[in-house]
Amino acid sequence: MRYAMAVDTRKCVGCSDCVVACQTENNVPIGYCRDWIVEVTDGTYPQLEMEIRSERCNQCVNAPCVRCCPTGASHFADGGIVLVTQTECIGCGACIASCPYDARYPHPDGYVDKCTFCIHRIKNGMKPACVDVCPTKCLYFGDLDDPNSDVSVVLRKRKYKTLIPEAGTKPQLYFLI
Amino acid sequence: MTTRRNFIRISAIGAGALIAGAGSYKILKTLSKPEELKNLKLDLRRTATYCEVCFWKCAGWVYKTSEGKIWKIIGNDEDQNCNGRLCPRGTGGLGMYYDEERLKTPLIRVEERGKQVFRQATWDEALEVIAGKMKEISAKYGPESMALFSHGSGSAYYTTLFKAFGSGNIAEPSYAQCRGPRDDAFTLTFGEEVYSPEITDIRDTKCLVLIGSHIGENMHNGQVQEMSDAIDKGAVIITVDPRFSTAAGKSKYWLPIKPATDIALLLAWIHEIIYNEYYDKKYVEKYCTGFDKLREYVKDFTPEWAYGITTIKPDQISSTAKEMSDAAPAVIVHPGRHVTWYGDDTQRLRAVAIINALLGSWGRRGGFYRPARFDLAPVKLPPFKAPAREWSDLFPGKYPLASLTVSNAIIDATVPENNPAYPVKGWLVNGTNLISTIPNTPNTLKAIQNLDLLVAIDTMPMEITGWADVILPECTYLERYDSLRTGPHRKPSIALRMPAAEPMYDTKPGYQIARELAVKLGLQDYFPFEKQEDLLDWQLKQAGSSLEEMQRLGVKNFERDADDLYFAEDEEVEFYTDSKKIELFSPYLESLGFDPLPRYTQHPEPPEGYYRLIYGRAPMHTFSRTANNPNLTDLMDENSVWVNPKVAKEWGLINGQYIWLKNQDDIVTDFSVKVRVTERIRWDSVYIVHGFGHKQQQMKRCFGRGVSDTQMITKVLVDPIMGGTGMRSNFVTFVTEKAGEEVAS
Repeated sequence: MRYAMAVDTRKCVGCSDCVVACQTENNVPIGYCRDWIVEVTDGTYPQLEMEIRSERCNQCVNAPCVRCCPTGASHFADGGIVLVTQTECIGCGACIASCPYDARYPHPDGYVDKCTFCIHRIKNGMKPACVDVCPTKCLYFGDLDDPNSDVSVVLRKRKYKTLIPEAGTKPQLYFLI
Repeated sequence: MTTRRNFIRISAIGAGALIAGAGSYKILKTLSKPEELKNLKLDLRRTATYCEVCFWKCAGWVYKTSEGKIWKIIGNDEDQNCNGRLCPRGTGGLGMYYDEERLKTPLIRVEERGKQVFRQATWDEALEVIAGKMKEISAKYGPESMALFSHGSGSAYYTTLFKAFGSGNIAEPSYAQCRGPRDDAFTLTFGEEVYSPEITDIRDTKCLVLIGSHIGENMHNGQVQEMSDAIDKGAVIITVDPRFSTAAGKSKYWLPIKPATDIALLLAWIHEIIYNEYYDKKYVEKYCTGFDKLREYVKDFTPEWAYGITTIKPDQISSTAKEMSDAAPAVIVHPGRHVTWYGDDTQRLRAVAIINALLGSWGRRGGFYRPARFDLAPVKLPPFKAPAREWSDLFPGKYPLASLTVSNAIIDATVPENNPAYPVKGWLVNGTNLISTIPNTPNTLKAIQNLDLLVAIDTMPMEITGWADVILPECTYLERYDSLRTGPHRKPSIALRMPAAEPMYDTKPGYQIARELAVKLGLQDYFPFEKQEDLLDWQLKQAGSSLEEMQRLGVKNFERDADDLYFAEDEEVEFYTDSKKIELFSPYLESLGFDPLPRYTQHPEPPEGYYRLIYGRAPMHTFSRTANNPNLTDLMDENSVWVNPKVAKEWGLINGQYIWLKNQDDIVTDFSVKVRVTERIRWDSVYIVHGFGHKQQQMKRCFGRGVSDTQMITKVLVDPIMGGTGMRSNFVTFVTEKAGEEVAS
């Protein structure tokens, strides 16, 4: 089992619904977020191109945050999801510094927090909150080992890229282009 | 030709009555065949609602934690408006409930108006003061000297109250400050408006044309969803906008038009469609009148002619016209929503309607579908007294085609120097912050100072409440019942809003406020149900459902009574126009002395060193009303002014710098605004998102954050046809230093 997510940049309008849905679902305090929007514009008026991406933890196969965690709080859960055990985290911030995607933040309660792919929902057969709420249905989630999962199907059909592949982290967040 | 005007006015009254849950618009069907219902059990963790953060009114479920605290709001899968997916504002709607800066108690003003010194009052005392003043005004000037400005679900109750009181001065800024020109232009052409949610069949379109409409930034949920579906299916999107909008970024064609020249482009498209014989000949022949006059009229409006005006290259105009015709009839030249731009907006929207007619998209799959709605049984009320004087009598002959009340006309009539036919002395303002909603704020404030009574009903201490004599704190939509939502959409449906929590603080639901005021005015017979839930249960039982069933379902959809979402092949269609045809040429407009075919008029251009102020929406906010919502402010807490890099270089502006804006009338913004240097805006314009720059200090999260576009809109181009306030008519320049003030940080 290998969980992954694909983001269709052709459909994403950058509305931030994924951000607020994650915040309410996971009780992320106001002022912090586990996912966010990036907008990149290229060119000169009027020859322009724009890419909008909903970004979050890349749930890397080769995750530097897990490797550098001194207490073992950062670990791999089922399906390759990178999690932080709050009670084992000492808030040292090594993982924050090691993440090339800036996907982690220091929670005001003293531990480091990040996207969990809504593992509590997945366990109940649901999808992550961001996937379920997205008005453009630009987020695809599932098990890459299952050829019929939403994410497997869309990655077979469409061209895609990952972010900062040169970091060698083997990210599992794919961007459809 | 008074008949026609009467027809339009009747349909408008119909629309108003529909909001009140009574009456019906004739094209809409009464239906009663329910779909097979899922045997849903009442789930105690969630309560049904439909959203009130914007006008789309998506149905959803409010979930609570095991401690009974409101946790999250999730779309209802059965709802056609949202398909189970709320937008960021709906998802963040709980911030309206949790906002600790809400209005908490009735307040009565104790100092002069505008000084904002109030004392707490009981509901009984506050309503007593209002009723007393309303009676005084009625005795002295007549009941029609009371005017209502309203927005949202509460409108229905205050409308009933005002009609019972004897005033027809019932205005919603959503007409003359927003979608009025579109609805009147489509009614003139097709005999029908495009409704809300719009009847655009985007999910099945092959070509979507957006003219200044920035779907994706305006988060009209169903449309955003359907545009995404259309992208998946390979639809061509053509976006006309001086700004590289989000939608432009998803478009095959982006036409970076010079602002205020859209009608020239539309006329050139009509020219191309007619003279290349792209139009749907059978459709035009069968359903339209005035084609020959139109053909002759657009003879010289070539793409080359339009190029000189719009700066859009002739080959782009031709190829986009061809794309539209290739997709026809599955093409939508979108009517837009906020369309009050340049004062000739009804004419521009007429041109949009005409193109749709030529391409045969009205009534066709992928174009515009026929809406259906559920018709609820009306509650029997005593007859309303016809007002002795209507709003249209305030300034006889002005805005002859206005199908709804023109808010700005009532405001103008409140200023005695404007010599209205009768005085307006009292306002009741519900859910609309007139200070941010109505352009030319100095005029609005002048009107306010002439009032004998100003009542503001809101959930938040918006600017308008600061000017009120009495402030009534409404509870949010999460704490109340409201009227049943009944469409329109592809299928008729009913949606329920019920309270997920008791009203917080000393707040009350709209129905109750209106009813209690009615009791004080001796008008309680117009509110026969003491509790709104009893009214809803009665209505639902008449419709074969019940409150108990709707609490389980949230939304109930019904099948249409006939398979008539689109026109059938060769169907004989009677349009609700004088000729019973689609009127390409409008004899009615001609009879009133207006152009029967849309005319391009050159609008003033920015003087040297000034830039046209264009404003728009951000997906995480609704107007100015969400600016203090903690969840939504977290997503966007200020606006920025978009400046083209060439312009920025000329002025030495850098990204992130804070500056002030000054308009052509030397008005400088109260607050400073962050510069966003971006290629996404033309060099002759700047852009800001509407709804920021709040001046009300009680709203701490949004006070002084960003600037108000409304403050810069002091020059208003009023549409003579229907009174719409054209607001893209203002020019601003940059101020980097303001005496005695520091920029925001």
